[in-house]
Amino acid sequence: MSGVHVPHRKNTAGNAPTRMPPPALVTIPLSMGIGAPSTPIVQPGEKVFLGQKIAEPGGFVSAAIFASVSGTVKKTETYRDVFGRVVSALVIESDGEMAPDPSLSPVSVSSAKELADAARACGLVGLGGAGFPTSVKLAADPAKVDYVLLNGAECEPYITSDTRTMLDRTEELVAGMKLLRDLYSASVVVGIERNKPEAIKKIRDAIAGETGLSVRVLPGSYPQGGEKVLIFNCTGRVVGEGKLPLDVGCIVLNVSTTVELMKYLATGMPLVERCLTVDGSAVAKPQNVIVPIGTRMQDVFDYCGGFLSEPGKILYGGPMMGIPVPDASFPVMKTTNAIVALNERDAILPDPTPCIRCGKCANTCPLHLTPFAIGDAVKKKDAGELAKLKVMLCMECGCCSFICPAHRPLVQQNKLGKAILKAAAPPKGGK
Amino acid sequence: MTVNEQLSVSSSPHIVTKNDTRRVMLDVLIALLPAVVASAIFYGWRALVLTAVCVLACNLFEFGFTKLTRRPTTIFDLSASVTGVLLSQNLSATFPIWMAVVGCFFAIVVVKQLFGGIGKNFANPAIAARIMLFLCFATEMNSFAVLKEGKLVSEATPFTLSLTGAEPLPYWKMFLGFHAGAIGETCSLALLIGLVYLLVRRVITWHIPVSFVGTVALLSLCCGADPLEQVLSGGLLIGAIFMATDYVTSPASPLGKLIFGVGCGAITTLIRLAGHTEGVSYAILMMNLLCPYIDKLTIRRPIGAPKPPKPEKKAKEETAK
Repeated sequence: MSGVHVPHRKNTAGNAPTRMPPPALVTIPLSMGIGAPSTPIVQPGEKVFLGQKIAEPGGFVSAAIFASVSGTVKKTETYRDVFGRVVSALVIESDGEMAPDPSLSPVSVSSAKELADAARACGLVGLGGAGFPTSVKLAADPAKVDYVLLNGAECEPYITSDTRTMLDRTEELVAGMKLLRDLYSASVVVGIERNKPEAIKKIRDAIAGETGLSVRVLPGSYPQGGEKVLIFNCTGRVVGEGKLPLDVGCIVLNVSTTVELMKYLATGMPLVERCLTVDGSAVAKPQNVIVPIGTRMQDVFDYCGGFLSEPGKILYGGPMMGIPVPDASFPVMKTTNAIVALNERDAILPDPTPCIRCGKCANTCPLHLTPFAIGDAVKKKDAGELAKLKVMLCMECGCCSFICPAHRPLVQQNKLGKAILKAAAPPKGGK
Repeated sequence: MTVNEQLSVSSSPHIVTKNDTRRVMLDVLIALLPAVVASAIFYGWRALVLTAVCVLACNLFEFGFTKLTRRPTTIFDLSASVTGVLLSQNLSATFPIWMAVVGCFFAIVVVKQLFGGIGKNFANPAIAARIMLFLCFATEMNSFAVLKEGKLVSEATPFTLSLTGAEPLPYWKMFLGFHAGAIGETCSLALLIGLVYLLVRRVITWHIPVSFVGTVALLSLCCGADPLEQVLSGGLLIGAIFMATDYVTSPASPLGKLIFGVGCGAITTLIRLAGHTEGVSYAILMMNLLCPYIDKLTIRRPIGAPKPPKPEKKAKEETAK
């Protein structure tokens, strides 16, 4: 699969994360990933411990939410999130104690089902960015699972949080690999790009002599961390349109997700904090930080020395696939692997010029889509042509927009194409 | 949650390549530089004047047309300059200036701007203009000259010579360009340096030049003509390296490029051997017209898309309907 070479800017790869002191208040959204919003079970005014459950899953594809600080629930706030959805969030005022819930205790699992239940009990979702509930992935029938792939590819510029997790929490990761191998009787493969030799060596040393565990060295190009790309590069299997990794016998978990699951089993502490990379041209002291979920981005930036200059754009995630926020008061979510603040100059992209049909977009697309033809079909709102061009396969990795010498917003156009197609073909059972 | 008006919000990605259309065109101009220098060496100052006039005229027409139609001017993307240089390299050193300006008008206004400007032209503007000039000013377009003792003396091109059955020029003379012809097409060495630069800068891929030239060599060999002479003579190299590789009018996929190159090569050889006249520009023009169809047929099947049903089955289904 092709791709592009993006600037790496891994300025923070050498810094082990530091733990940020608890902020004065946290804003915990009830919807932090794919699936139904969670249902709150605490009332304003109620005292909560660190790690106490504050919201139940709102369905099968949903996750529980836990207080990330100890303190008092202040209120429920409603706001429009970066996806345009109106979501609720619980605001908790911290008492600064970080007093853990006394009922938390280690959990032991002896089957795949128990592991999936544990993932559900600790509110775990994919920490790489998409936020798909981990319990749903782990609920797979072990007989159907040939590979458990651990995603250690961190191909976005700036982001190093997974790299740090692999280096700093190798033992937990390897314990997780052994557990997954035994419970699913599957090969467990960690995919890491070749530009992270320290992580590759450390994990290889730790799994030396083990059967069924391996490290797969991936090319250094972008995007290696895409689920479909990772599966293809590690197993040679192709995930078809509308199919899931399990359809080709794979479970894909992020390395950080695996480590958090192991932490829950060992301590009983659910997902209340996460490691994230703070970087970008507007950030004074780029670094990796462990922050309570729900911390306002502004507090994290302040912890990192504030801004060098007025930021022009602030992102959840890296510059290739990250989503810009309209304000620094937005909270860190379970899925936030990085927050990147770009200065005003870097925030403005060059204006698009006419397409010169160089074909670079099509030739770099990892999935062999043809963005320039999709563009013509989008302009004509031709749903039939869009279906033929398989626009729904697009994973929005950004290679096409990145490489385009005319700086055309091709990812945005593909998103539009998907919307046109969805509008033209109502879901099954509709009408 | 508040909204900060200072922050911009846009679709990902939030970084883009430093490359842009202007840089691409600049690279093509740099790649053409050796040919321009060679033209000055072999044909004197008159060749440089011709080049300068064509560049100036193309930019003037581009600027004038965009002003007239009240659209943002596109002369700064350098595409008009590329057209100007390319067209001038296709002319004889003695070609009248005013006729060259007419060619520029045709290339920029008729072929490019009337169809929507950069990215929308159906044919390569320089190729189309060269053909128009051939049709309108056949005598001037067919009289070539060489520099002898500081003066331009008219002489037959190696291609015409080979038709008369005269003793062919030694290969090294043809390779370096010591003979009559269009000012930019004779020095194969300079054109190949340009090709290497374009490949290194990844402006073009090898597919079109190699399949185009390869097809000409192979077909010439099959038909009993000297393949090396065929490759080094006429406008084959400048056509295969600079004109057939024009993004807008060549297919995007590697397979499409190969088909395009083979098509260009086949038509060129056919015209050369059967029609006894230079066929490169006609071949490229014809393949330019087929480009949208080649593009449509060679779109790569996305990874993860189901295999298309076999064509026979589909045809049967349609007849059943």
